[in-house]
Amino acid sequence: MAERCAVIGVGQTKHASKREDVSIAGLVREAAGRALEDAGLDWADIDAVVIGKAPDMFEGVMMPELYLASALGAVGKPMLRVHTAGSVGGSTAIVAAHLVASGRHERVLTVAFEKQSDSDAMWALSVPQPFSAPLLAGAGGFFAPIIRAYMRRSGAPDHIGILVAVKDRLQALKNPYAHLHIEDISFDMVKDSIMLWDPIRYLETCPSSDGAAAMVLASERVAESSTSSRPPAWIHGMAMRSEPTMFAGRDQVNPQAGLDCAADVYHQAGITEPRRQIDVAEVYVPFSWFEPMWLENLGFAEKGDGWKLTESGATALDGGDIPWNCSGGVLSSNPIGASGMLRFLEAAMQVRGQAGEHQVENVRTALGHAYGGGSQFFAMWVLSTDKP
Amino acid sequence: MSAAAGRATVRPVAVVSAAQTKSVRREDHRNEVEMLMPVVTDVFANIGVTKADMGFVCSGSTDYLVGAPFSFVMALDAVGVWPPMRESHVEMDGAWALYEAWTLLQEGEIDTALVYSFGRSSPSQLDRILALQLDPYYMAPMWPDPVALAALQAQALIDTGKATEKDFAAVAARSRRDALRNPNAQVAKDQSPDDLLRDDYVVAPLRRHALPPITDGVVAVVLAAEDRARDLCERPAWITGIDHRIEAHALGARDLAQSPSTRLAAQGAGVFDASGDAPGAVHVDVAELHAPFAPQELILREALGLADSVAVNPSGGALAANALMVAGLLRIVEAASRIMDGSARSAIAHATSGPCLQQNLVCALAAEPSGPARKGA
Repeated sequence: MAERCAVIGVGQTKHASKREDVSIAGLVREAAGRALEDAGLDWADIDAVVIGKAPDMFEGVMMPELYLASALGAVGKPMLRVHTAGSVGGSTAIVAAHLVASGRHERVLTVAFEKQSDSDAMWALSVPQPFSAPLLAGAGGFFAPIIRAYMRRSGAPDHIGILVAVKDRLQALKNPYAHLHIEDISFDMVKDSIMLWDPIRYLETCPSSDGAAAMVLASERVAESSTSSRPPAWIHGMAMRSEPTMFAGRDQVNPQAGLDCAADVYHQAGITEPRRQIDVAEVYVPFSWFEPMWLENLGFAEKGDGWKLTESGATALDGGDIPWNCSGGVLSSNPIGASGMLRFLEAAMQVRGQAGEHQVENVRTALGHAYGGGSQFFAMWVLSTDKP
Repeated sequence: MSAAAGRATVRPVAVVSAAQTKSVRREDHRNEVEMLMPVVTDVFANIGVTKADMGFVCSGSTDYLVGAPFSFVMALDAVGVWPPMRESHVEMDGAWALYEAWTLLQEGEIDTALVYSFGRSSPSQLDRILALQLDPYYMAPMWPDPVALAALQAQALIDTGKATEKDFAAVAARSRRDALRNPNAQVAKDQSPDDLLRDDYVVAPLRRHALPPITDGVVAVVLAAEDRARDLCERPAWITGIDHRIEAHALGARDLAQSPSTRLAAQGAGVFDASGDAPGAVHVDVAELHAPFAPQELILREALGLADSVAVNPSGGALAANALMVAGLLRIVEAASRIMDGSARSAIAHATSGPCLQQNLVCALAAEPSGPARKGA
């Protein structure tokens, strides 16, 4: 049987479009050092390091973990490098948690980063390949038709995406680490922003960020004797699922892999009514419309009704019964490889009561979610204040 | 430094099936998916299972070989993960994907896993892309190529007085001669060390024969736990220990003539438990060492404390076929295959990553799950 595992330390960088003050090593150390400090541990206390990031071409460094071994205190230790597309930050945390759950290690440092300013992600996504249609429009061009399909299917009115964009940016104002702090964000500002990939407007997309996230994962024994000023966030369920990019009949709006992954993680955590039992969720929403889509895929709303939940304000930190992305989410900070880990990490912060101004009151259970590829790779975990 | 948690019981997990392509200098007609598909088919057909029987899928590869982001996404179509599956990927040699799968199997919730890796090295300019693996601020801008770095390591070994260029030639001659018996090998020939020493230097002190070939290849493995392994395979190759460690990246911070990370990984894998760690004390039937450059085999032999009697790289090793991201997992496959075919009772497999053996994995295998059936020291 698997051993219990908990998050006992978290750290993240100030995310920004260009972190020219630090190297890649400086960026990951900023997050990892904060996680260790939060956990009350030192570099030497760590048994193993698990690092994740999105494609290496985003920085132009092949397998950068090799060069980062010293910066992350990994010399003489096991070091793993995970890469599962946009879900990678979540997958990396899960691979690290399994090193504890398997009984292999007791204190694992997990880190994810992206330093997009070192290269050009749009270029890196668009390398021509033989016999493949070029993806010259980047991720937005890929997901726009899927969003349009959701709108047609659900009958959602055009302004739902704008509501999400405004809500997440308002919430980002309460998160000092968020990249985007748009003080005067408003419905009209989003509505009037340029249409990039119809129906996705400029302010309905995620930014391009430099940033890193880190967590310390611990065994039951270590978590219970932790000197951290915050309680552990216990893992009650974690799951990953993948499906192919394309095949006839694939539902890209409501992917089966997402449904299966949620069913698995809820089963492990004993969740039958997500909206009632989960207090706060950090969900990977890189384009505003993915909030209503994932509300349905994750079982918070019936199929076709996700947008109604968004419209009612249920997902807002201010007054909602199931606040989503209180940190501002991917729409406010997107260091790609770290974006999934930030969702997992923010869920831990909510459970540990350390989210500051964007803390939801009386959180017992939180969901962290990441997805990647063409909505085909999913990673999720459920954390709680109570030991499983 | 704290070591592994050291849980008392390790769940017995074994390699129960393996398949590989014939390694070639250039695969012109098939892309990565097309190379993988028959291998994935074979690795299942060998033991009469399908993908539906797999609890987990894990792969290892690098985008820089393909020259495109998310290359593992396309490769996953060789498996066809529908209905959706538990799946993960490491941007590392497939040996580390096997480690991830082994870890998950330890928890007892799944009993099987498919592990594969692909490396089509021929379309790339390896000297350029491997330079991009180096510190991006202080090393990569000088574009040091992997042969030059390996030559520094070879010279460091010579400077210790432990080896000469003739020893390098002997490693190469033996490896390529042994490869004559490996139908999947790419470079196989019978030449004497003295003949090889007439090669020109590529980068002194490395002559042509001390370098690995450029290879296209793929490999796949099925892991199974406990009774499931016994059901699927007559002679499972049990993993009695597995561990991996990394060293500093800066070459100037390391003693290139030694491999302390291999030694730590071997300790973690239990290699020294039975035999002790005195030089030459480790007696196993077979060792498959991932030493792309001939001098590296000598460094690894010493780190692992291998006895002279151990058959090292009977497959020909990475000097006979070196598909990047594959060659490490292939060492585990070759070592496991010797156990599965009954010709060995105990084996050590090793994989490396990064410049000059920066990161190393050691996997101990045996015919019995209880532990290595090693001869006494």
